[in-house]
Parts: sequence; structure tokens; C-alpha cells
Amino acid sequence: MMKKITKAKLKHILLGKNINEGLLGKTAIYLLLFIVGFVYLYPMIKMFTYSMKDLSDLVNPTVQWIPTKLYFENYRTSWIVLNYGKTLLFSLSVTLIPALLQTITTSLTGYALAKFKFRGKAILFGLILMTYLVPQQVYMIPRFVLFDKLGILESAWAIIFPATFGQGLSSAIFILIFYQFFRMQPKSLDESAEIDGANNYQIFMQIGVPLAAPAYLTAFLFSFVWYWNETYISSLFIGSELYTLQLKLLNFSSQFNLADGLSQQAVNEAIKYSATILIILPVLIVYIIMQKWFVEGIDRTGITGE
Amino acid sequence: MSVKPMNRKKRETLVAWSFLSLWAIGFLVFTMIPIFTSLYYSMSNVVLDGEGIKVTFIWFDNYKQVFSSAEGFNFLKSVSDFAIEILFKVPIIIVFAIIIAVMLNQDIKGRGFIRAIYFLPVIIASGPVINQLIYQGAATIPIIEEMGILGFINSTFTETLARPISNIFSELIVILWFSGVQILLFIAALQKIDKHTYEAAMIDGAGPWESFWKITIPALKSMVLVSVVFTIINLATFSENAAILHIKNNMFALETGFGFSSAIAWLYFIALALILGIFFLVFGAFNRERGRR
Repeated sequence: MMKKITKAKLKHILLGKNINEGLLGKTAIYLLLFIVGFVYLYPMIKMFTYSMKDLSDLVNPTVQWIPTKLYFENYRTSWIVLNYGKTLLFSLSVTLIPALLQTITTSLTGYALAKFKFRGKAILFGLILMTYLVPQQVYMIPRFVLFDKLGILESAWAIIFPATFGQGLSSAIFILIFYQFFRMQPKSLDESAEIDGANNYQIFMQIGVPLAAPAYLTAFLFSFVWYWNETYISSLFIGSELYTLQLKLLNFSSQFNLADGLSQQAVNEAIKYSATILIILPVLIVYIIMQKWFVEGIDRTGITGE
Repeated sequence: MSVKPMNRKKRETLVAWSFLSLWAIGFLVFTMIPIFTSLYYSMSNVVLDGEGIKVTFIWFDNYKQVFSSAEGFNFLKSVSDFAIEILFKVPIIIVFAIIIAVMLNQDIKGRGFIRAIYFLPVIIASGPVINQLIYQGAATIPIIEEMGILGFINSTFTETLARPISNIFSELIVILWFSGVQILLFIAALQKIDKHTYEAAMIDGAGPWESFWKITIPALKSMVLVSVVFTIINLATFSENAAILHIKNNMFALETGFGFSSAIAWLYFIALALILGIFFLVFGAFNRERGRR
């Protein structure tokens, strides 16, 4: 009798009523999450420790993870190669400005689709989805010719212009996010404002935008990050004279040879790793501060549909 | 302010288009016209020199060239590699994302922190950074090579299959890196499930296993399609994808140029549409199958 009770109790403790209640299930979940999480962090950790190694540590097979001393020379070198200060400014100008403008334009578009009835809305939705599904490579070449004619190739404008008109990176996704978000706002608010004599633009500015603040933040953050990580368009449109940080990393070895005062040094993986760290640092800082908004943003903006 | 119903309708349309105008102009100038121009270029010989652009219409010669030249062959090979890879990668990413989402949705400590880690790759995964990781060997799990899995794959499959599959194993971590957004989508869908459903099922005698298959998985179904589309587009437009690098490199190649490049861009789009179509068909069949039961 006694034995049976303890057995049942033991079973209850170990397995629980539900998968996540028992000790066994819990341990398994934590273990799995920890292992997979480590797989995610592993390249980051490896990158970070390698970036601190000097030459003797690099060739020394006994030094695996922890460098023998703190060595920041790699960072100094890649700072020079990347021309960090100046390149960072340029990178920000083709990241922050398009992200901001794209957020504004896509919010206007999403608002129109969510709040007004008009003919051809279904077609419009189709066209917006199309801009997402057709790979940019299809219309990139005529865009290139167009920008060449306009004389805005090899300047930040080639990135800023399409973003301003809602044709930037993943614009369609942002339109859909705003559409979902504005649609969830109660209609009665708009109606009462209308009775009070506000016109549509006042309603948008004074009710729509403030209530949609989370959607704006999420869209802006994602837009910022995606523009930061983008290299295909920027290498095509601004590639040969100006460089973003990412483009410098893409051509790191040749950039290294061009840099002044490093002629007697050879590029090694530690230097490359330190450059990679320097390049992900700005988004990493933004992410650490705004982490909650990234991770919960998708849920909040209702992109998953109701 | 008394406005007649007819007027109101017209006015609403007008206001709507005033909100839409920026997008509409952009769509015409930067997307619609370029799409048709690109179609025209793909059937033309395009020469760009100091004075301007010279376009001569040559019908399907560019497309013929894709199927008859070495460069075209290389492009087709990279597309077929990509197609095979994606058939493996998409299920890996989706299943992985579902498992992680289900685990993260449990009542565990430090959920916010763990979620932040899982989403980290979305923030930093740019082409050059991932290139750097793959090149330096930080993208693979050392065990895979030590166990000789790659050698096994190369000796069992034909060359066409072995290359994409061994690619998958040697970039396993990177593949998982592409699942951050999908994990969040699935978590969002999971949180919409009413907790009482599980309780009711439990009272009716369903164990966790049955609950998982009969409640959790059906709730995720709508999100699977969204995730599949997102995954395919995301992988297809990734800046280090071999096929799209071909498109870019041929733009400025002497013997090919803009016309040829446009042609392969269109072929790439068709291939992509086919891949999406296949996934839709498979998924649709799967849905009907479940519906019947």
C-alpha cells in the first residue's frame, strides 16, 4: 500500500499532469532549449574569443577558447581598415533615413486600406503581395538604368528614393502590419472624432498614429535592421566608390590591402572576426535596448491575424 | 456639415487615394514600369555606353543562350541546387521552429531571455556576416564532420543530390539561424489557443501526446503556410544566394550584359513561383487529407 502511494507520488513529481509540470519534462525542455540556444550562441562566442587572439595564440593549438591575454590590437586594425567613423555615418544615412521614410509611407498605405472603402482594394492587395513575391532581381536592372538616367547612382538617394515611395526592403510586410493594426482600432473613436468636426487627416494624426505607436516602433526597428543587413542592392547601387560597413566586410581582404600603414601586416581570421564584431555592434546595441519590442512586436502588431 | 451619401462615397475614395498616393507613384515608377521594362530587356540586346542605352529587340535569343552557354548552364545548376536545398531546408526550419515555439510557450523561467537569444540571428544575419561564419567554419557543428556524415552522403548519393545535401549539413547552424521570425509567428499562434481547450481535453482523458497532435498542431496550421512562404522568399532573396549573384554578375559581364541578366532573373522568378506552387499543392493535399479524417 505504502509502496503504491510513493510510486504514484513519484510519478506525479516526475511526469506531472501535463508535459510541462513534471520534473522530467521540465528538465528535458530546459536541457533542449539550453543546447539549441548554445548552438545559436556558439558562433558568436567563437567569433568574440577569436577576435581577442594575437598571432601566437592563433597558431598555438592549446589555446582554444580563452586567449592567453587581453589583446585589442585586432580591433584597432580593423577600425582603421573599415574607416569606422566615416563608414558608420554613411551606413547610418542609408539605414536610418530609408527606414524612417519607409515606415511613414507604409503606414499611410496601411491606413488607407484599413479605414476606407473604395473600389479596387482587392486588386491593390494583390499588387502589394506581388511586390513581395516577385524577387527584386527582376526589376533591379531597369531600376539601375533609371537611377543612372536620374544621376543618383552611387549616392544614398538610390536607396532613399524607393523607400520614400513604399518600394523599399520588404515594404509589403510593413503595409500588412499597419493594415492589421489600424483595422483593430475601434471604429467608434474615429466616428466620434468625425462628429466633433475633425477631418480624415486630423483623425489619422491625432487618433490613428498615437494608438499605433507600437506598430510604428516595430516597423521602424525591423526596417532599420533589414536595411543595415542589406548588401545586394547597396553593392549594386552605391558599391564602387562609397562603402557601407557591410560592403567593407564583404571585400575585407582587398580593403585591408588598401588601408594605409598596415602594409607589413597580413590579414588573419582574428582581424576579420573583430571586424565582424564591429559591424554587428550597432544593431546589437539597439537590440539589447529594444529587445522587448523586437520579440513581442510581431505578436503585438497582430500580423498573425485574428 | 451635411454631406449627401453619394458625395461621401466619392470623398472617401479621394481621401483614400490621397493616403495611397505616395505608394501608388512609387509602385508605378519603381516597380511596375521596371517589371515590364525588364521583360522587354530580357528579349533584347542591351548595351550601356557613355552616351546612353541601346536596346535591340532579339526575341528569345537570350533565353536560348541560357540553355546553350556555359554561363547559362552554371546559372541553371545553381537554381536546381537551390531548389533541392530548399526542399530539405524548409521542412527543417518549419519543424525546428514549431518545436522551439512549443517549448518556449511552456511555463518556464527566463523565457524572455531565451527568446531574445533565439531571435538574435535575425538581427545580425547579413550576407557578409554569415559568409564570414561559414568561411571560418563557425557555422557547423564539429561533431558532424568527426562522425563522417559528409563522407557517407557523398558516397551514397549521386553527385547532383550529394552536393546540396552535404551543404545542408555543413551549414546546419546557419539554417537554424533563418528560423527566428518563424519561431515568433508560431509562438503568437500558440498563445491564441484557449487554455480551457487543453483542460477539457484532459478531463476527457487525452494525454499530452494526443493534446499536442489534436489541439496544438491544428492551431498552427494556418501559420505554417505563412512561414513556408516567408522562409522560401527569405532564402531565395538572401544576398549570398548563388543564383542571384549570377544575375548581378552578368549585368556587367562583357559577353552577356543586361539582356541576358534580365532573362535569367525572369527564369529565376519562374523557378521560384514553381517551388512556391509545389509547396502550396503539397500543403493543400495535406489539409484535405486531414479534413477528410
